[in-house]
Amino acid sequence: MSTPASTSSNQRPTHTPAALIAFAWTLVGVPLAYGLYNTVKAASALFGG
Amino acid sequence: MAVPSFLARERIVARPGFNRWLIPPAALAVHLCIGQAYATSVYKTALVEHFDTSLTAIGIIFSIAIVMLGLSAAVFGTWVDRNGPRAAMFTSAVFWVSGFLVGSLGIYTEQLWLLYFGYGFLGGIGLGIGYISPVSTLIKWFPDRPGLATGMAIMGFGGGALIASPLSRQLMNFYDPGYDGTAGTVPSGNSVALLFLTLGLVYLVFMMFGAFIIRVPADGWRPDGFDPASVKAKSLVTTENVSANNAIRTPQFWLLWTVLFCNVTAGIGILEQAAPMIQDFFRDGATSAVAAATAAGFVGLLSLFNMGGRFVWSSTSDYIGRKPIYMVYLGVGIVLYIVLATLGSTATWVFVLTAAIIISFYGGGFATVPAYLRDLFGTYQVGAIHGRLLTAWAAAGVVGPLIINGVLDSRGTPGELVAGDYRPALFIMVGLLAVGFVANLLIKPVADKWHEPKAAPSPSTQEASAAR
Repeated sequence: MSTPASTSSNQRPTHTPAALIAFAWTLVGVPLAYGLYNTVKAASALFGG
Repeated sequence: MAVPSFLARERIVARPGFNRWLIPPAALAVHLCIGQAYATSVYKTALVEHFDTSLTAIGIIFSIAIVMLGLSAAVFGTWVDRNGPRAAMFTSAVFWVSGFLVGSLGIYTEQLWLLYFGYGFLGGIGLGIGYISPVSTLIKWFPDRPGLATGMAIMGFGGGALIASPLSRQLMNFYDPGYDGTAGTVPSGNSVALLFLTLGLVYLVFMMFGAFIIRVPADGWRPDGFDPASVKAKSLVTTENVSANNAIRTPQFWLLWTVLFCNVTAGIGILEQAAPMIQDFFRDGATSAVAAATAAGFVGLLSLFNMGGRFVWSSTSDYIGRKPIYMVYLGVGIVLYIVLATLGSTATWVFVLTAAIIISFYGGGFATVPAYLRDLFGTYQVGAIHGRLLTAWAAAGVVGPLIINGVLDSRGTPGELVAGDYRPALFIMVGLLAVGFVANLLIKPVADKWHEPKAAPSPSTQEASAAR
């Protein structure tokens, strides 16, 4: 995982909320899952499905 | 060219403790949208009927977009590196979405030139900038796993088509209930105009989301437990930096250009012809043992392998190295093309399996190349170098279809071709892959004379000093 910076930066540290990471992954994951599902469905015709 | 302050690189430098796993979804938010470029076939026939023109005239829209992709990635690559990923993603979104809106207007008013200008020209610029925008950022956030990082983003480009194809069919059905997506029904032109409008607005939201969550690491940042010396220990991997202008003067750049060109040209040979090809390979007289629906399923399967190959092979390259993985793409690719040409028509499973693995190598070649560039030229201007390398893609996009269509045109007419008619084209691809294989073997570390002086300024510092 990440990664407190080993940097010379003198900025105060931040914390990335886990909910934001989960939301971002969901936002891209749901359309991708929709696309995968539809493509697998189309590809299943190849195997007589 | 200065950018508004809210887009500036300095505004998005991550503070210590920032979680880098927020960066891949930001990259995917852009690549999943611009990947729509590979889903244009769903409304091609509708546009032919709407504009009462030829398939070639409609095909030009896609060709303009791909040429603009290559040109804009090459021309704006340095700008992207200098101004950072937020400015690049924002700009890409503006061009890509404008392309859809202008294209929609062109379809609605029946002005084909507006579609060329909108989707082709404006959209193509959005494609080029968007394609390279998150790549160098990902490489900097994941110095320990650059192949995994770029594989994730570039997998999104393949995934974009998987989403856009069924979504477009459903939206066109919603706007034109007479169209149900089955063979024989064609959506109305106005439903395609409304589709463009809808996609443009949806893509605007997604791409802006990516632009606003993206961050760049602070200078000197590195992941916990990562030792740059461990990277340097691998052959061909440098911790030095080469500028984009110097990179294109090195033989390594042009050898890699050749590798990418050969790999993409060979893959396009199958992708372009996928549906008719499988039917022709199993043709007996006027009929094929493979039905149209099965051929469509084959196209779907290739899309899955294209996308999966981007992630799986690029991630694998982190372990076995970039040069060896391209030896696999090109060397095993040669064997598979020979199998396809000689044994492909013996059984459907042989044909499908061989083609699917070839296409996974095609995708893998795209996704691994940014990490290969980073190994050879460092991270300093890797985005700009990647942009220039993508001209190989544009060239392959022209040459690949020319080879396959040229050979098939000389062998007969569509609907009557058989497996043997494909053999000359497939053996040309074998020759191309052999050229790529040799080019990859010739790649050696970049000579010291091309390295930047040790205290090379970061793009942000360079920008700041230019502004002074």
